[in-house]
Amino acid sequence: MVNKIWGFFIVIGIVVCILTGKVDVLNNEILESTKSSLDMIVKIFPVMALWLGIMNIATESGLLNKLSNVLSPFLKKIFPEIPPGHESLSLIASNITANMFGLGNAATPFGLKAMKSLQSINRQKETASRSMITFLVLNTSGVTIIPTTIISLRMMYGSTNPTEIVFACILATLASTIGGLIIDRLLAKRR
Amino acid sequence: MIEQISNYIIPLLVLIVIVYGIYKKVNIYDTFVEGATESFDMVFNMFPCLLGMIFGINIFLKSNVLNYIFTILKPAFAQLNVPIEIFPMMVLRPISGSSSLAILNNLFASYGPDSFIGRLASVIQGSTDTTFYILTLYFGSIGVKKIRYALWAGLAADIIGIISAILIVNFFFGN
Repeated sequence: MVNKIWGFFIVIGIVVCILTGKVDVLNNEILESTKSSLDMIVKIFPVMALWLGIMNIATESGLLNKLSNVLSPFLKKIFPEIPPGHESLSLIASNITANMFGLGNAATPFGLKAMKSLQSINRQKETASRSMITFLVLNTSGVTIIPTTIISLRMMYGSTNPTEIVFACILATLASTIGGLIIDRLLAKRR
Repeated sequence: MIEQISNYIIPLLVLIVIVYGIYKKVNIYDTFVEGATESFDMVFNMFPCLLGMIFGINIFLKSNVLNYIFTILKPAFAQLNVPIEIFPMMVLRPISGSSSLAILNNLFASYGPDSFIGRLASVIQGSTDTTFYILTLYFGSIGVKKIRYALWAGLAADIIGIISAILIVNFFFGN
């Protein structure tokens, strides 16, 4: 799937640019994208290292297990394939918690660790397991309760009430999470 | 209020983890370094995927194909009472986090954060996430190649998020 979409993006992009006479822009962009991906990695890398370090302390001390115990009734329902007490459950719990508070930077490394752990119980290593996809849906639907970036942007542009959108965000997030999970279930059953 | 609370979240989180670690007699510094070391592998696995995605997406965006689509869809949006200005954001949100954030900035600058467009854009941004980016990162880091229905499920969550954002903002702030 990704193969097709990637090809589609590049072929359409280049052909349209050539037809509309923007070849010079295109040349620039081809080089520019290498730079922006490196910029991105350079930005993510140290933040990831920091949070993975902090999280390792939370894992060793058993704090993470406590968190997953709190969320486990909910997690058991949406991840029926993960054996009870498996470490991936506590990693998923930490990713969800970080996302709820709008800590996107912390959520990503937690999520990556959770994926690694899900991979350890995945039978076909090159194929996504059902739990992985469910976890992905939880992340793409965004379970944010406090959208910190948006609130600060709204403040920056002089909103009279920067936080007025929070409740609407929570409702919309809830809808997309529940809807996403339902569709995930349906698609999982179909195959 | 929420602004102040959110300022406390990260420091308090770190404090709790450290204090609890000391209380449980964990070698906190060694454990931290050990955990941070894991990031090397992750970044190495991630980079080629990220590069590929950014390369493809940027070329596509530069071609302005989306602009042609906007023009075609404009009348339909007017019918549904959804401002066309929001459309670029709806399309780009799952594809590129930085461009949708740039659009949010633009919308705030041109219409103000307290306008209907500003509020709708805020809620869309807040209730969805960059599906392509998460997909690339998460599956790339563990070497999964066959993603099955993951993209469809992820995009479905985004579409549901956008539709509910439109309905909810209309309900709360509509005129």
